[in-house]
Amino acid sequence: MINRKEFLKAAGCAALAAVTGRWAAAAETASKAGRPQSAEEAARPRHERRPRASRQWGMAVDLRKCWKDEGCRDCIAACHQEHNVPDLGNPKEEVKWIWKEPFEHAFHGEGHDFEKAGLGDLPTPLLCNHCEKPACAKVCPTKATWRREEDGIVMMDWHRCIGCRYCIVACPYGSRSFNWRDPRPFIKKVRAEFPTRTRGVVEKCTFCEERLAQGKPPACVEACKAKALVFGDLSDEGSEVRKLLKSNFSLVRKPGLGTRPKVYYLAP
Amino acid sequence: MHDTGKILAGLAVFLALATSPLWYASLARSSAAAPRLDLPAAERRCVLPREVIRASHMQLLDEWRTQVVRDGQRDYVTPDGRRFDKSLTRTCLKCHSNEKNFCSRCHDYAGAKPVCWNCHVKPEDIK
Amino acid sequence: MLEKALLGGWKYWLWILGLLAVCLIGGLCYLWQFNVGLGITGLGRDVAWGFYIAQFTFLVGVAASAVMVVLPYYLHDYKEFGKITILGECLAVSAIIMCVSFILVDMGQPLRLMNIMLHPTPNSMIFWDVIALNGYLALNALIGYVTLSAERNGVPPPAWIKPIIILSIPWAVSIHTVTAFLYAGLAARPFWLTAVLAPRFLASAFASGPAILILLCMVIKRVSRFDAGSVAVGKLAVIATYAMVVNVFFVLMELFTAIYSGMPEHISHFQYLFAGLGGDATLVPWMRVSVALAVLALALLLNPGTRRREWTLSVACLAIFGSIWIDKGLGMVVTGFIPTPLGRVAKYWPTAPELMISLGVYAAGLLLLTAFYKIVLSVRGETAA
Repeated sequence: MINRKEFLKAAGCAALAAVTGRWAAAAETASKAGRPQSAEEAARPRHERRPRASRQWGMAVDLRKCWKDEGCRDCIAACHQEHNVPDLGNPKEEVKWIWKEPFEHAFHGEGHDFEKAGLGDLPTPLLCNHCEKPACAKVCPTKATWRREEDGIVMMDWHRCIGCRYCIVACPYGSRSFNWRDPRPFIKKVRAEFPTRTRGVVEKCTFCEERLAQGKPPACVEACKAKALVFGDLSDEGSEVRKLLKSNFSLVRKPGLGTRPKVYYLAP
Repeated sequence: MHDTGKILAGLAVFLALATSPLWYASLARSSAAAPRLDLPAAERRCVLPREVIRASHMQLLDEWRTQVVRDGQRDYVTPDGRRFDKSLTRTCLKCHSNEKNFCSRCHDYAGAKPVCWNCHVKPEDIK
Repeated sequence: MLEKALLGGWKYWLWILGLLAVCLIGGLCYLWQFNVGLGITGLGRDVAWGFYIAQFTFLVGVAASAVMVVLPYYLHDYKEFGKITILGECLAVSAIIMCVSFILVDMGQPLRLMNIMLHPTPNSMIFWDVIALNGYLALNALIGYVTLSAERNGVPPPAWIKPIIILSIPWAVSIHTVTAFLYAGLAARPFWLTAVLAPRFLASAFASGPAILILLCMVIKRVSRFDAGSVAVGKLAVIATYAMVVNVFFVLMELFTAIYSGMPEHISHFQYLFAGLGGDATLVPWMRVSVALAVLALALLLNPGTRRREWTLSVACLAIFGSIWIDKGLGMVVTGFIPTPLGRVAKYWPTAPELMISLGVYAAGLLLLTAFYKIVLSVRGETAA
């Protein structure tokens, strides 16, 4: 009979072999990514397959136009319908991609005693700022949220998110929502073309990257009758959004934090 | 080591219990008939040969989801040159529109519990 | 060696069964949370981390504090701590296991936890915390096992363990530093955005850890023949005193910076803690108790007479424990979220299932600690007759 020490040694080796075997298998699967693709595409080196066009999507919110109808919720309704965002009817567990917040909260700490009467109460549309230096992506322990180099969109991978909520803690804009329970029963009309989320993952606005891929503008932009939301490529000097920013006074939220938001507010 | 007999007997009982599903399944094999799947009527060719799809559709879907979400690559070209959108709902389910009699029937038989439908929407969920 | 934890009288088994019962209730509540989601807790979109993460933070401190017995014994050859270093290491192992459990119960998708290892992300402080905590767990488990085995066999510990013990000293500092970095690097949360957070965490850890160890020594003395010795306990009390003084000093530094600078986003959090904000004074009574306990502890500890008398020392240790638990385990995490970055006063209080799950984790930790101490005392032949 083997003694205890030898037994432990053998058991340890077996466990180690099992673990390394699994890692090797995982690495192999990863290296096989793209295996079922066409021969010509698979032959191309990975860096060439990936589009490297340097775009920077951004949005200007023209508050003058937006505030003409303070009760309008077209952008919110369109976005939330498009992306199967649930309506939990409970502010504690609310999920929201685009929403309205009184100006004094949207631009918290920027007000003063003698500002324009009623300014603080005006409903201001808020969404993910798609920061150039996103605090959320910096803290994510699994790269489930990251800034896409080719167009600056701060993406979400709902397959990978472990639900630690560190990104929610790090976001200075309250733009991220967690699924505190299964959202399915709270979606009035499920849209089959877009997945719902499962409980325990974080979600947020993705600038409608799935629509952009089909050449369509974001759903909120399309839904805004007042044309208050202007979307475009910030790296293109001739884009409408750049022209608007050049000729108007504009604000971003919390510029002092160094996140470099890409949603701009054209102020009255 | 005066308890050798007891230890060996205990180990034997443990092994018998731990492996019980295996020998139970092999003894009861005759009762589980292979599932009959609802195959699409119009389309006979899947994106890859049937044997490949049957054995490794989960790896293919895994790769698709990574490429679409993380690399922005949405086009899939089959070895024989056909183009598809890398999408479970927009491509797979277009032909396999009956999840219950296709996906689930086989997954139940194989004892697989995929979590796809926690997020992705089955056609029958919409009605 | 492990079988020694299975031999004990009826009182021992009653205690074990009691802990197991609490574990069971906590486990059932966790099953509920696992199936329904974190919605059964008091957490929400504005207060995204709460009681679980706060307990985690407090317990990282308890784990790190083992260094306060290991360092004097191994670096300064302070022989009086010879009997209690192993108790400190066992406490560290149990505390780390509780830490990991609290992280686990806080996850939205616990089954995907290994994604942290599959997609290692060095820019995330969670990645480093996982490395620091697991490394510290492995170090202490190994050190405890090797030194206790040597003691059982009546031989000195092997020479190769010494460098590993020395490594565990800076490693202990690292676990609480990295845990502070989870908070202190976030531009969105001014309450935590302070360079003194890591030093303050360490100071409060080095006060609460030795205080717990003193209390444990007193309990063990009553239920067994083990006596840590009044010299060792006295030295632990001195360590806790210094650390508590430094801790209070750091808190006053925080208050000065926030209040004198007059910056609303820094003051408002302290206002919420100590005076109430926007009509919400949930934590105010707790924080006042924490302050009162800190004052009581310092009064008893700074006076040599009351520090040396056993019952006043035990009161002082309980006061340290209570004061720091309220500060770290209740106030520190939640207040980072209130007011929110959008200037709203969010509400948070743990729910019953949340508290039961937390109690379950604590019971599991105590169970482990009991088993470890039982083994240690049995090896030394010091269990009750």
